[in-house]
Amino acid sequence: MKRRILYTLFTATLLLGSGCKPLFDIRKAMYDQPKYETLEATDFFGDRRSARPLIEGTVAQGQLRLDDHLYQGLEWIDGEQLQARTYPFEITMDDLKRGKERYEIFCSVCHGVSGYGDGIVVQRGFPPAPGYHSDHLRNMPPGYFYSVATNGYGKMKGYASQIPVEDRWRIAAYIQTLQRSQNATLEEYEAALRAQSSNDNHLDSTHDHH
Amino acid sequence: MSSQLFTTTHNTLARLTLLLIVLGGAGFLGFMDMIHRSPYVRYTKVRREQPVPFSHKHHTNMGIDCRYCHTSVEVSGFANIPPTQTCMNCHSEIYKDAPILQPVRDSYASGESLEWTRVHDLPDFVYFNHAIHVNKGIGCATCHGRVDQMPLTWREKPLFMKWCLECHRDPAQNVRPKDKIFDMAFDPASLSREAREALVEEYGIDHANHRLTNCAICHR
Repeated sequence: MKRRILYTLFTATLLLGSGCKPLFDIRKAMYDQPKYETLEATDFFGDRRSARPLIEGTVAQGQLRLDDHLYQGLEWIDGEQLQARTYPFEITMDDLKRGKERYEIFCSVCHGVSGYGDGIVVQRGFPPAPGYHSDHLRNMPPGYFYSVATNGYGKMKGYASQIPVEDRWRIAAYIQTLQRSQNATLEEYEAALRAQSSNDNHLDSTHDHH
Repeated sequence: MSSQLFTTTHNTLARLTLLLIVLGGAGFLGFMDMIHRSPYVRYTKVRREQPVPFSHKHHTNMGIDCRYCHTSVEVSGFANIPPTQTCMNCHSEIYKDAPILQPVRDSYASGESLEWTRVHDLPDFVYFNHAIHVNKGIGCATCHGRVDQMPLTWREKPLFMKWCLECHRDPAQNVRPKDKIFDMAFDPASLSREAREALVEEYGIDHANHRLTNCAICHR
């Protein structure tokens, strides 16, 4: 009799065990299907990347960057290709607002919210970032700021992978706005205040800093 | 010697066995369910081991915006893990000799990827688009919890389908103004129900006719 109970228990365990195993495997197979999610690791390639880097010298359809003004920040001036003095597209108030938002995300960490080079990362020991309000930088064309944002400068690395092209131009426009705001004459400031009170659609804090 | 195989005691035994099968089966299923929901399986509140003990708390408290590193959260279905270069933007100079950052420097020098442990990984049979949630007024903290207070990142929510559906049935519970998306401390409950329903309307979140609870919205 004892044997029978043991035998029953044994069979039940086997049944439960065999019942569970495929059940769990199926679930797992559904959870992690034989496909690669973005950035998922793979053993197929030596570098374990399922997201393959571009093959050098190739361009995806529709991504050929022929427009030097837009992509390189260069313009033909008197037969020479120089840093662009104009923007490749018209900068509207919405572009400036976007520029301010992106500036505060990507640039202010070093260059400071008002562009004095006093951002938190500099305070924590990064070599001082230049403020934008020196005569030297105030005379720089938009193409210069675009170029630095794209390729980096000195200790600063390029931000091409983090900030899309158009946003880099908008940031350049916002930097020039900051420069104007921080070096405004009293008349300009008063005129801006008047414009502000008559127009709600102003840039929120351009005139608030310092 | 009795020739009978079964005695009367076996009646009780048989009944007990039946009872045990029912109770034991229910108990077993209940137990499995508990395990299934437990942090042990769901990894909720479990700090995950990473190749570098990256602290979101430290970096966000410095005032660095989420999007400085997670650049694609607003535009892509996939919320990106930053490439090593993003770390090196600052750590080429700050803590540049810290042993704790050695894997970062190695990765930058060799070009090999850092293999982070993914904290939020939905099953492969779920289609999830990160950008649409961010662009329709769902803040980081709603799903990810207070990442700005996590020294090592953990999963705040169990990621059950039930949890997804709770919001898809009634998005007004969690919706917030677009300028508060990245504000970790903002609580949607601080707005009135009416205000949140107005936001749902404004953002064009079309949850009428059970559209957001249609199976094919997530299982496509």
